[in-house]
Amino acid sequence: MISILNTYEAVESEKVSLWFKAAPVEKFPKNGGACVKYKGMQIAVFNFTREGTWYACQNLCPHKMEMVLSRGMIGEDQGEPKVACPLHKNSFSLKTGKHLNGDLNRIATYPVKIEGDFVYIGFSE
Amino acid sequence: MKTVIVVGNGMVGYKFCEKFVAKVDQDSFKLIVFGEEPRVAYDRVHLSEYFENGDAERLTMAPREWYQENNIELYTNERVTDIHRNSKTITTLSEKTYKYDYLVLATGSSPFVPQINGVDKDGVFVYRTIEDLEDTLAYADKIKKTVKKPKAAILGGGLLGLEAAKAVMDMGMEPHVVEFAPKLMPRQLDTRSSKVLQVKLESMGINIHLSKATNQILGNGHVIGMEFGEDDVLNVDMLVISAGIRPRDELGKSCGLKMGTRGGIVVDNKMRTSDPSIFAIGEIALYNQMIYGLVAPGYEMAGVAVDQILGVEQTVMAAEIDMSTKLKLIGVDVASFGTPFMPAEKGHSIIFENKTESLYKRINVSHDGKRLLGGILVGDAKDYNMLLQMYLNEMPLPKNPENLILGSRGGEDMSFGSAMDLPDTAVVCSCEAVTKGQICCSVKDDGNESVKAISKATKATTGCGGCKPMVDDLVKETLKSLGKVVKESICEHFEYSRQELYDLVKLRKIEDYDSLLDEVGKGHGCEVCKPAVASIFASIYNERANRQATIQDTNDRYLANIQRNGTYSVVPRVAAGEITPKQLLAIGRIAQKYDLYTKITGGQRIDMFGAQLHELPLIWEELIAEGFETGQAYGKSLRTVKSCVGSTWCRYGMDESVTFAIDIENRYKGIRSPHKIKGGVSGCIRECAEARNKDFGFIAVEGGWNVYICGNGGANPQHAQLLAEKVDKITATKYVDRFLMYYIQTAPPLTRTAAWLDKLDGGIDYVKDVVINDCLGIADQLDSEMQYLVDTYKCEWKEAVENPEIRSRYTHFVNTEETDDNIEFVSLREQKMPKAWV
Ligand SMILES: Cc1cc2nc3c(=O)[nH]c(=O)nc-3n(C[C@H](O)[C@H](O)[C@H](O)COP(=O)(O)OP(=O)(O)OC[C@H]3O[C@@H](n4cnc5c(N)ncnc54)[C@H](O)[C@@H]3O)c2cc1C
Ligand code: SF4
Ligand code: SF4
Ligand code: FES
Repeated sequence: MISILNTYEAVESEKVSLWFKAAPVEKFPKNGGACVKYKGMQIAVFNFTREGTWYACQNLCPHKMEMVLSRGMIGEDQGEPKVACPLHKNSFSLKTGKHLNGDLNRIATYPVKIEGDFVYIGFSE
Repeated sequence: MKTVIVVGNGMVGYKFCEKFVAKVDQDSFKLIVFGEEPRVAYDRVHLSEYFENGDAERLTMAPREWYQENNIELYTNERVTDIHRNSKTITTLSEKTYKYDYLVLATGSSPFVPQINGVDKDGVFVYRTIEDLEDTLAYADKIKKTVKKPKAAILGGGLLGLEAAKAVMDMGMEPHVVEFAPKLMPRQLDTRSSKVLQVKLESMGINIHLSKATNQILGNGHVIGMEFGEDDVLNVDMLVISAGIRPRDELGKSCGLKMGTRGGIVVDNKMRTSDPSIFAIGEIALYNQMIYGLVAPGYEMAGVAVDQILGVEQTVMAAEIDMSTKLKLIGVDVASFGTPFMPAEKGHSIIFENKTESLYKRINVSHDGKRLLGGILVGDAKDYNMLLQMYLNEMPLPKNPENLILGSRGGEDMSFGSAMDLPDTAVVCSCEAVTKGQICCSVKDDGNESVKAISKATKATTGCGGCKPMVDDLVKETLKSLGKVVKESICEHFEYSRQELYDLVKLRKIEDYDSLLDEVGKGHGCEVCKPAVASIFASIYNERANRQATIQDTNDRYLANIQRNGTYSVVPRVAAGEITPKQLLAIGRIAQKYDLYTKITGGQRIDMFGAQLHELPLIWEELIAEGFETGQAYGKSLRTVKSCVGSTWCRYGMDESVTFAIDIENRYKGIRSPHKIKGGVSGCIRECAEARNKDFGFIAVEGGWNVYICGNGGANPQHAQLLAEKVDKITATKYVDRFLMYYIQTAPPLTRTAAWLDKLDGGIDYVKDVVINDCLGIADQLDSEMQYLVDTYKCEWKEAVENPEIRSRYTHFVNTEETDDNIEFVSLREQKMPKAWV
């Protein structure tokens, strides 16, 4: 169980060595999230249409180790973009990965860029 | 006893009756009303709402019973054909004769149809009565079946024309507005603001054609186009004419009353025509050589005529009539007030224009900088009411009048204070002539602490509704000054309680979460306000979860309940728990095929667990083919109505509890609410269905049904309380309709009925007062709102399965067809279950 958690490590934008071309923009619901598979990993990608920004993080909720974060509701807490897990509403910052309403482990976040009409996720390998 | 005959049962004719019966005692006057239309007077101003809800009843000014109760003889569908002034009688189309002492003409006006070749073709309509709308709708439906992208033109780019344009767009046709003048709304807007409006409307998909004189309407039998000049043709499938109004003055003409040169019956400031026993009011009356095509002056005229007939001579019409207007319904703010455009020698104008944002604001200020003379607002009219009041009350302007349209910028004087700064005499609701002073007193002295209560007590906001935001402000500010306000905002993004937000959404007709945030909220929203707002949309518009999927709670977003391992459960509706063997077999077959864990729920239905996201549409497709529909187990909505077998089988039963439970479950299915709701129906006081454990419950007793509300299982069990005793099914249903609707409108988010009742001032007695005695005067409204929800129910799973776009949302990954390999099941008593959490 804990071992899957270790497969996800935050990537800072300076450290990106590979931009994975994930899917066309229109595949991601407006103001919502969807899940991308990359090399056995599940990455949740969020389209903050209102603000015009994108975020990505592990799809795995560190609370009960379920692959569900991409289906959570997104929103903002004093300007901090966040996602709330659909199972028990634990919420996590999408900037820092920090657990906002408790002290679960941080979640791993990933840089996202849009080029052409495609969504790319940044990994460092 | 004197007889007053009113010809015309339109908005103003009705207002005359209302004001008349309020002032006279019924023995001294007899009131007889004739209306040519088949319906009793209705609210023409909100005619376009008929498109949204198809509910003509809602527009009614007062039901027929009201006329009876007030001893008014009302003849609808009866046109008055002649007036005989010598004998003081009138005759009607059915050749009946009536004698009058006073005659009040309120025949209104009819749409002006210019004499263009071909206007008599099929597919050409006007926009004035409910019947006009019905005909237009029927034609549009017919066209839509044969033409792929049908187009409709509106002849006339004035206030009404633009409203009609929005209406035909909502009918699914491509709208084209054709205007003779070189600008839109020529009477209210200057050239620049009209241009701003045009660009905005075009971006919304409304096509605008200016400076077009229509030569003829093309088509063989039915309209296929409009010809403006040689080679200048617009192909359209339908045409709505909105080119102005003409007073219905034929009666006045034929009996020799003094007429205006271009029509209309001439009246003095007492609303008297050239015959002292005949009055004319509303859109038929030519006052100051003008026909006033607005309700507010019409209502004022009605009041004057009433007083004059009763001998209160000093009540006369104001010399100057305010023609300020605000466009409603079109999705872009437009307003003009006072003198909107004005020559430079009279004053100077301050103009702000931002083309990229489709904003235009202009105010006209007197040379000495002391008075506001008028102005125009396009794109943002939220300050309209305040500006209008400053203009009407000749209030002093701030030092820098530009702040009025730019807002104060850093440290300068406030642009304007609150509505509380208005003088007490300021008329806030011009339709009903209610002043600020009256509203504030009504709050302070009579305890009317909401817009609803105020509108009931003073009638403010019941006309065109434009003053609602200001009345709202006045109520809030007055309460605040009494130290009364307890703010219950739902989250950092909306400083409103759910109930306030509910009213705002309804008032402003906001349908999108984003627009709501823009208009009354701040920031970008969160997981608390999104589902709360989704629930409000559902309660007002019966919007299903599919349209704005990402503001729904996860369960609603995917129309299924998420379970431990991220798989979902599937629950078809089994109303009242009655299920046929064939349906049982079907569920069994489908559950087996998709390897689902099955269990009977506490709500007497069958839950199938363990479906993966991509399997949901497949499973539902099969269930729907077997005749099932969604059970909404995922929603904050009606779950089930539990029933016992009742008198059909049970030897104790007093009545058929299953039948009633099925009807009730089908009635309320799909209705979303602040929290889930459950019902129960028992056939006798042995109470096998545990109805007193539910949000609403019915128990059959000798002589009818007992109705219980606000019971609860869950974490804090609570027995339901008695709402009514021994009532028949229809009454029982009506009470529960009202109770549920009232709860839906007033409860905070995620509050069950029991908790709601606990917090409600006055408790169950107050609910009885509202629901049974109608102490708030909202029963009719609650009834029709509930009926609307009932009538517009649709199975959202059917919608999801049939719509490829919605269906495509059901995949675990967006970049591969693969499914989630993280899900693990273990076996349990010959079924499966999720691997336990560590
Ligand atoms: C779509 C639309 C939107 C509008 N929006 C606004 C708005 O936002 N703000 C605003 O202030 N105004 C608005 N108006 C204008 C407003 O509706 C009218 O000013 C108002 O209805 C006038 O009332 P009335 O009683 O004079 O005429 P009407 O409401 O037309 O009533 C006259 C009635 O008399 C009947 N009648 C006529 N002749 C006879 C006869 N010989 N015998 C018996 N009955 C007869 C007619 O059939 C009709 O029912 C709008 C109008 C329309 C059509
Ligand atoms: S509640 Fe009464 S009627 Fe219903 S099953 Fe029980 S005993 Fe029979
Ligand atoms: S009691 Fe409620 S929360 Fe607990 S397991 Fe049952 S359904 Fe779930
Ligand atoms: S599994 Fe994510 S909050 Fe419980």
